[in-house]
This record gives sequence, structure tokens and C-alpha cells, in this order.
Amino acid sequence: MFVLEVSNLTKRFGGIRAVEDVGFKIRDNSIVSIIGPNGAGKTTLFNCLTGITRPTKGNILFTDKYISKLPPHKTAEMGIARTFQNIRLFSEMTVMENVMVSQHARVRYGLMSAIMKNNGFRKKEQTIREKAFEYLELVGLEEYAGDIADSLPYGSQRRLEIARAMATEPKLILLDEPTAGMNPAETSEVMTLIKKIRELGKTILLIEHDMRLVMGISNWIVVLDHGVKIAEGRPDDIKNDPLVIEAYLGREMSH
Amino acid sequence: MLLQQLINGLTLGGVYALIALGYTMVYGILELINFAHGEIYMLGAYLGIIFLAFFTAAGLTATSLPIALFLTVLLTIIFCSAYGFAMEKTAYKPLRNAPRLSPLISAIGVSIFLQNYVMLTQGATDKVFPYKFSSAGFQFLNVNMTYLQAIIIAVSALLMLLLHLFIQKTRIGKAMRATAQDKTMASLVGINVDIIISATFVIGAGLAAVAGIMVAAYYGLVNYYIGYIAGIKAFTAAVLGGIGSIPGAMLGGIVLGLVESIGAAYISSEYKDAYAFIILIIILLIKPSGILGKTAEEKV
Amino acid sequence: MKGNRLIVIPLFAALLLLPFKGIQAAVIMFITVSAGLMLISFLRKYRIPEGFNKIKAGLQIITENSSIKNSIIPLMMIAFLVSPIFLKDYYLDVLIISGIYILLALGLNIIVGFAGLLNLGFAAYYAIGAYAYAIANTKFGLGFWPSLPLSAMFAAIAGLIVAVPALRLRGDYLAIVTLGFGEIVRLVLNNWDSLTNGPNGITEIAPPSLFGFSLGKLQHYYYIVFVFVLLSVFIIRRVELSRIGRAWKAIRENEIAASSTGINATKYKLYAFIFGTFWAGIAGILFAAKMRFVSPESFTFMESVLMLSMVILGGIGNIYGVVAGAFILALLPEVLRGVHDYRMLILGIGLVLLMLFRPQGLWGGHYRRNKKCSS
Repeated sequence: MFVLEVSNLTKRFGGIRAVEDVGFKIRDNSIVSIIGPNGAGKTTLFNCLTGITRPTKGNILFTDKYISKLPPHKTAEMGIARTFQNIRLFSEMTVMENVMVSQHARVRYGLMSAIMKNNGFRKKEQTIREKAFEYLELVGLEEYAGDIADSLPYGSQRRLEIARAMATEPKLILLDEPTAGMNPAETSEVMTLIKKIRELGKTILLIEHDMRLVMGISNWIVVLDHGVKIAEGRPDDIKNDPLVIEAYLGREMSH
Repeated sequence: MLLQQLINGLTLGGVYALIALGYTMVYGILELINFAHGEIYMLGAYLGIIFLAFFTAAGLTATSLPIALFLTVLLTIIFCSAYGFAMEKTAYKPLRNAPRLSPLISAIGVSIFLQNYVMLTQGATDKVFPYKFSSAGFQFLNVNMTYLQAIIIAVSALLMLLLHLFIQKTRIGKAMRATAQDKTMASLVGINVDIIISATFVIGAGLAAVAGIMVAAYYGLVNYYIGYIAGIKAFTAAVLGGIGSIPGAMLGGIVLGLVESIGAAYISSEYKDAYAFIILIIILLIKPSGILGKTAEEKV
Repeated sequence: MKGNRLIVIPLFAALLLLPFKGIQAAVIMFITVSAGLMLISFLRKYRIPEGFNKIKAGLQIITENSSIKNSIIPLMMIAFLVSPIFLKDYYLDVLIISGIYILLALGLNIIVGFAGLLNLGFAAYYAIGAYAYAIANTKFGLGFWPSLPLSAMFAAIAGLIVAVPALRLRGDYLAIVTLGFGEIVRLVLNNWDSLTNGPNGITEIAPPSLFGFSLGKLQHYYYIVFVFVLLSVFIIRRVELSRIGRAWKAIRENEIAASSTGINATKYKLYAFIFGTFWAGIAGILFAAKMRFVSPESFTFMESVLMLSMVILGGIGNIYGVVAGAFILALLPEVLRGVHDYRMLILGIGLVLLMLFRPQGLWGGHYRRNKKCSS
């Protein structure tokens, strides 16, 4: 029923409380957005969920297993994938290779098979290529498979990050501001892509500033402010929540 | 015996600290291990010998030793600072936005070049310091501290104090600290980062020059490869104290000097040069940020 | 080239010469360097980019056109195979040493080029491989072939011992720890007289033998080294193109992203260290068997720097570039025999120039600027 259950999650850096006692649950195959003003602790929360930083306190239950102490490669292996706010591609590798890397934990073979290039190796490499290509098609980058990732335009780099995350074959995919710096046309493309990913049976956790997008596609919204959860609910409820309007929307509007 | 080693260690440590300051200041601002910094120290030692020999030949040393020494030190500082300045402009500045490996390799290149340059012009054999300081000194508690040792310790302490005041009180010093904290921010508030970086190299080179002369006078002999090993040790001192931290470099230098002379006396003098590395490895494994350094977490 | 550099560089050169060689030499130096720089900036403006692009385009045709590639590679193979028949011993000697350096550069490239981990003490593993055979042979009478896995293993274990703790450190610190380890190994070799015979080194190491035949002639060494070079290129290339190689490169490019795609970064960095130092061990035993003598002097920091220069010169991360870089730098002393004393001086300037003008190496692809080391 629930893919992810977060309870009492706290992360402090020295004396600074980045995330304080946050809890929420995410239903299978839903789109959940985390919103909140800058510095609300959204990215820190993502880092805790993926094991990049270890929470100070609290539990993260992913498909009924505790994961708050696991390193990032383990959480990836278990089925959590993510993209980054500041794009982190393997810039010097080709678009194809970027996505092939993600099959690392899915299709395995050892040093000896690689050196001998035996049948198992060939078959597995073939599978990796086919899968990688599939995910490039999903985001519409198959034409650029041979290009160096760094040479892609900005919007395509963001989509490549999504393809790379998808290629780890996750249950839950974490998107950290996937439309940051995009024009309206590109943003709506990403919106369509997110819906498509959901149709593939994935659960999506989204950090996003574009309120139209958030309200348009989310099933559930969690609002953070200064590391504390101030509200959660359906988009319509959040829209009308006075606390949210005051703490987040109000402040943003007044700028 | 132990007290004697403490004095020897303090002498050595003061010198390491002076060189370490150059490493730590440059690293604080550019995050670059200035591999060629040790060679500036070596050049300082050679220039000290050359200038003093010149004044000796001119008869100045015989008539007034302090003036000869003063001029030697002054000229050496001027030349070494100029080298430091030019080195940054030619070999590092164009690489400021390059991948991290590039300036490091460039620094290694400068280091190899300077070493071999000195070897070719001055020969591969030891060079003798043209003035022999007397071995007389202060006697207390059965130990002997030569006047030269006292001078080295005093000069090191004085220069460190001056640097500390410079960094804390002057405009350039404050700008240096701001630049070390955040280069972009510093340039946004109107600090000319290029000038600050140049100043860092000039000051670091000047300190290394003094260290070079003092070591040349202390041991009486120099060689073209002293820069490499002293450089590595001074870098160790900088890391030991917490790289980027100026008091850390001072502390690290002194600790390293003490460990080395005590280790050489009580454990084994053959492995004298290895102590620095062993300490370095241990400190990096236990507390990579050094004694006085702060830990920083990478931003994601 | 910016205007102020046209003044700073000649001034630097002149100031450097002034105290050592006097005013006249300094003035001459100033004029020469100024003139040289102006010439270079003139050429850069009008000629060099064109010329270089032509060479690059030509090379691209060769490397991309498979029919040319397919005919050139066998031709080169044949040339290398038959060369011992008509080459003088002296040249053969140079080629053998080049081969050993190629092995070293290829090994180092796995660590630096693929995984992006700077290592400034690679000579240490080379030394361990060489001394492992020297000691096994002279003290325990072990032959070349049984010692071969031993040497490789010892070097790889040393690599592992350094890597386990050191990999927690960031790029520059890692470089310094590897450098420190290199110095410690050299100091131990210098001072552990009972085992290593100190600075005098170990002599009378036996040459390899096969089915009772001694393989002590230069031609034999040549073919042995040749086979190992081919083998290493073959194996390393295959690993590079596997999930292991991709994992290394992903870590090099962005460690956090790599671990978020399921790569155990620490484990793969360890693999890179083990796999890289393994080849240094092989190079070490080949060196010891060829020279029949080892001493600490062959394994200094300068050797480590030379190996790193080979990796960087040819094009970091690119196997064929690294082979070419190693070959060029190993041959350079022979080419520069006339100016032998200036060899290291030239290497130093060369490294700086390479970083300034072509940081990706001669054959390197597109090493992006404005990027920090990922580790």
C-alpha cells in the first residue's frame, strides 16, 4: 500500500536543523510533491532518503524495510532513484553510456567474463544496451545516444538525468526540481513525461517550485518550512490551507 | 637530552612553519597544492649564499656583518617574492578554471624545472654557506642553545606574529580572509581577487625565502633537492595543523619539527624523513581536517 | 596570449638568471624569451590551430576508418615482431625499457585516468614488484615464472593497503598520501639492509628461463615484454569497455551521481587501485629480470612523476594515447642524448606548457574545462 513511510526524520548540521521531525507516507504508484520556500530542507530530505546523508534521528521505511542507515548504492539497488537539483551527469561519457551505467546493479558479471568476453558477457551487454536505449526513447533522446552528455542542451540534460534514474529500474523515483530553468514548453514536456513514468507503475516524489505543475499532477502534497512539515494533503486542500498560504505562498507572492 | 632535542626541534619547526604558511595560504584561496613552493625555499637558500658571498667579496661582511646579512635577506626576499609572483601568473593563473589536476601537474612541472635549473647553474654538489656562525650560545640546564638557533626561533616567531597582525588588521589581510572563504562573494563585494592571489604568493614566497636563508646558515650546506623534501614536510605541517588555517600551519610546523628531532634521537635517525609521512597519513586518517581545521560537508 | 604574460614570462626568466649568471645573461634571456613568446603568439594566431586541426583530422581518419586501422595495426605488429632481427642491441634496449614504461603508464591510467584518483607514488608498486622478484630469486631461489604472480600480487596488496584507508580522502589529500607511501617504501628499501641490501641494491638476479633454456638475451626480453604489453592492452581495453570500466568512469565524472545509480564507489575505487598496481608489479618483475639488478635509486618520486607525465601527455583515460605518451617519454632521453643534462629541465617546462595549451593530452578527447576533480 505504502511504498515509503517516513517518521520523525531529523537532520541537523552542527547546530542547524535542516529537517526536524518530519513524517509522511507515500502510496504506491502516486505522484507526491514536496514544496516549500528555499531552505525548507527539501533537498536534505532527498539526501536522507537516498542515503547520501545519514539522518540524525528517525526512520525511513521503504517497501517495509528500514533504509535510513544504508549507503546510496544500496538504496539505489533497493529501488530508489533520483535526479539532482544541480545536474550531475557523467559529462565526459556518451548519452548512451550515462544510461548504461544505471544497469550496474541490475545486470551483473565479473572481471573474468569481461576479459574473456564469453557468451554470458555478450548477452548481458546486449541486454544493458537494449534497456538503455529503451529509456533514452522514453525521454526522447535516442537520436543523441552517441553524443557526449556535456554537449546536450540544458533541457535535454535534465531529461537525460531522468532517463538515467529510470534505468536503475526503481520503484520510487525522486525528482529534484526537474523543470528548474526550463521554458513553459519544456516544462509541459516534463509534465507529460512524469505522467508517463507513473503509467509505467512507478511512484514519484517531486520537489518543484512551479505551482501549476505541482497542483496539476500531484496526488498528494507535503509542505515544508524551515525543516518542519507544516501541512500535507490533496492539492485542493493545500491551496486553501491558511498556514501554507501564510508561510509559503504568501511570502513568495509578496516578493 | 630531551630538552636539547626540544630546542633543536623548535628551530626546525619554526622553519617548517614558515614554509607551511605559504602552502596553507595558497591552498586556502586556490585549493591548490603549490608543489613548487618548496623550490622557492631552496632558491632562497641559494640566493642567500650567492648574495652573502657577493657582499663578502665586496668586503662588506668583514666591516659590518649585520648590514651584509640584512641586505642579503632583503635581496633574497625581493627576488623570491618576484619568483612567487611570476610563477603564479605564468603557470597557475591561466589554469584557474581548469580541472583540478591541471594546476597540480603544472606545479609539479615548475618544481622539476626549478630544481634542475639550479642543478645546472650551481652544480649537483653541496654549496657551502659563506659565513660560519659560532657554536657558542646560551647554556642552561645542561643544554646548549646556539645564538643562531635563538635567532632562528626568534625570527620565525616574529614573522609569524607579523603575518598574524597583517591578516587580522590590514585591509589586504581582511580581503585575503574573505577571498579564502568565498572567492565569488569576495569579487562581488569589490575585492580584486587577482591582486589578493598575487599577494598571497608574494608573501608566501617571502616567508619561504627567509626560511631558506636560515636553513642554509644553520646547516652550512645546501643542495638543489632540499626544496622537495622540505616542501613535502612543510605541506605535512600545513595539513597537520589544518590546511587553510594560518595558526594551524604554525602549530603543525612546530609539532612536526619536535616529532622529527625527538624521533631521530630516540627511535631511529635513518627513518627521520619518514616520520613526516607517517604522521601525515595518520592525521589524514584520524582527522583529515587537521588539528585546527574545520570539517566541511559537500553540498549536493 | 594576454599582453601582460608577454612581459611577466620573460621577466621571470631574466630574474631567475640574474643572481646565478649575471646581468648580461639575464638581458639575453629576456630578449630571447620575449622574441620566442611573440613568435609563439603570432603562430598561435595564424598557423598553429590550423596545422593542429589538420593533424587531428588526419589522425581521426586513421582511427575511425576501420580499413586503414585494420591495415595499420597488423603492419605495426609485424614491424615490432621482426625488429629484433635487424635492430642494434642499443635500440632493442631502449624498446624494452619503453615497453616496461608502457605497462606502468597503463596501470597508472586505470587509477588516474579511469577512476580519476590521483596517485603520486606509483613507483612504490613498481619497486615492490621488482624487489619481490629480486628477494624471492636471490634469497629463496625462486624462478621468474613462479615469481611473476608473486610480484603482481605483492604490488596489488600494497595497492590495497594504501587504498583502504586513503580512499576516504579527497583528491589532493589522496595524492599526498600516495606520495608519502612512495617515499616510505623508498626509505624502507634504503634502510632495511638485511633484506634489501640498502642503497647498494640487489645484484645477480637470474634471468627468466623456459623449459631449461635461459632467456637472458636482449631479444628474449624484448619478446617477453612485447607479449606483456599486448596482453595488458588487450585485457585493460576489455575491462574498460565493461560495466567495471563504466563504473570507474562514472565515479570519476561524478561520485555522488555514480553511487546514486547503484555503484559502490568505495569498492570500485579499490578495484581500480588493485587492478592498476597489479600491472606495476608485472612491470617491476620485468625490470628486475632485465636489469638483473635493483636499487632504491630506480624508484624515486621523479619516476612516479615521469609515469604520471606519460599518462597525461598521451591523453588521460585513453589507452592508446597513454601507450603513445609512454613511448614518447621513454624515447625522449635517447632523442635528447645531445642535451642529456637538460632532459629534466625540458620535462618540467613541457609539463607546464602541456597543461597551459593542451591539458587533455595529445590524443585526449574533450576533457572539459571548468570542472573539479570528482573525488
